[in-house]
Amino acid sequence: MNAMVKPELICPAGTPAALRSAVDAGADAVYCGYQNATNARNFVGLNFTPEEMEKSIRYAHDGGTKVLITLNTFPPAGKVELWKEMVDLSARLGADACIVADIAVAAYIRDNYPDLRIHLSVQAAASSPEAIEYYVREFGVKRVVLPRIMTISEIKGLVQEIPCEVETFIFGNHGLMVEGRCSLTNYVTGQSTNMDGACSPAACVKYERAADGSMSTILGDYMIDRFGPEETAGYPTICKGRYKCDARDGGYYAFEEPISLNASTMLPDLISAGVHAFKIEGRQRSRAYVKKVVAAFREAVDSIMAGQEPKLADLVALTEGQKQTEGALKTKKWR
Amino acid sequence: MTPDPQSSRLSGGPGGFPFAPPLPLFLLNPILRRIVHRIAVQNPDMFDRLGPHRHAYFLIDPVDIPFMLYLRPDPEALDFRAVGRRNPPPHAARISGKFLDLLTLMDTEQDGDALFFSRDLIVTGDTEAVVCLRNALDDVDDPIAESVADMFGPPGRAALNALRRAAENAQKRKGAKT
Ligand code: SF4
Repeated sequence: MNAMVKPELICPAGTPAALRSAVDAGADAVYCGYQNATNARNFVGLNFTPEEMEKSIRYAHDGGTKVLITLNTFPPAGKVELWKEMVDLSARLGADACIVADIAVAAYIRDNYPDLRIHLSVQAAASSPEAIEYYVREFGVKRVVLPRIMTISEIKGLVQEIPCEVETFIFGNHGLMVEGRCSLTNYVTGQSTNMDGACSPAACVKYERAADGSMSTILGDYMIDRFGPEETAGYPTICKGRYKCDARDGGYYAFEEPISLNASTMLPDLISAGVHAFKIEGRQRSRAYVKKVVAAFREAVDSIMAGQEPKLADLVALTEGQKQTEGALKTKKWR
Repeated sequence: MTPDPQSSRLSGGPGGFPFAPPLPLFLLNPILRRIVHRIAVQNPDMFDRLGPHRHAYFLIDPVDIPFMLYLRPDPEALDFRAVGRRNPPPHAARISGKFLDLLTLMDTEQDGDALFFSRDLIVTGDTEAVVCLRNALDDVDDPIAESVADMFGPPGRAALNALRRAAENAQKRKGAKT
């Protein structure tokens, strides 16, 4: 049997301060993006200017941490220029890899920067050996970020079949949709998660308080949830909305509940499955979140690799709706 | 109009306002002005994250103290002052929470989303403006709470440490309840 590979801890950063927190807390790599539509977390007030990215890459490299740049949206047909410019910039700044979803962006990197690693974004939704082999063969993809729909045994089987590294999510916001294909937010806000990079942009979100202490979440013209005074809340996304429908009494989480992925108890199994990298979601979160979550997983991974029982920090306070799940990693019937 | 953001989670403790300073607001305001100017000088880049929202007025409402804070984070026309609760001035957005929770946010020890999920932080009005303010404050080099404490030397730092301990204890009590 092969020796256990120590997985890299891939950590989120929405600001330079968050990046520094991740580096200081022991991230092996940080992923982050620019302030434009090339970035699937294209939220106002977040992300990096070219100057900030340059300084941040220097800081990360000085700390022995890699920087992976998210160019993980899909350019509209015939409008690839911005994505190409961001590839050029990333290569010039010394990024360690670009995380891409679109084949035009991957082809541009392959043709112009053969030494720049391509990581296939979760947004490409590649989960079969055939799909992944295609990306490896045609574009030289070095790592695939798996969609959050696979069990550990499926991941293990896949790792043995494909000629590239595998990265899985272990913590954070949990989207059940076929990743990279969800159009719910376009329907309501007119902006595309997959092309503009913003699901439920804050400008379209309103919270309304009632006198009894309940709170309604309004997205665009639609009320998508109402939380009682003592109920925990979730993100204002359509997929986490609670709706009335004929088949159920009361409000019903028709797509999924406000809940976060937390795979901390499954890390040993994921390591034995041969996963090369563990990803923490949360580029929209604060540096306090980054510091706490990265430190907790750093300690857990190091303990497991040293043959010790990991101390699993209680991270539930940081989860959406203060609820957590092991998601599809444990069972396909996780809901 | 949106009603005052009070919920059972966010009402002041018994006996009203546990952090009530005995200061009249006119004495407080020159200090607040000094604080905000110092922070602005120390962190000139933070305003970039605010974009057009730098011109917005934010009402920061620590629900367990008897006054609110009124902030316009515009480097050209900075404004930060205490205002009474009776007639809140016009504002683009209001951020309400317990004083210690708001302090830990400023200390970059608390995650704003987590406080929002637990309903300990209430946001009304222009959500985008609030998100930009949150990101701007989160990206400063030294936590704002620390910079403010430093302005007052050893007594300031001692006060911050005492408040941090109080916040930690409140956090533990909350954890024990859930
Ligand atoms: S609505 Fe939900 S699944 Fe769809 S893009 Fe937004 S977060 Fe993802």
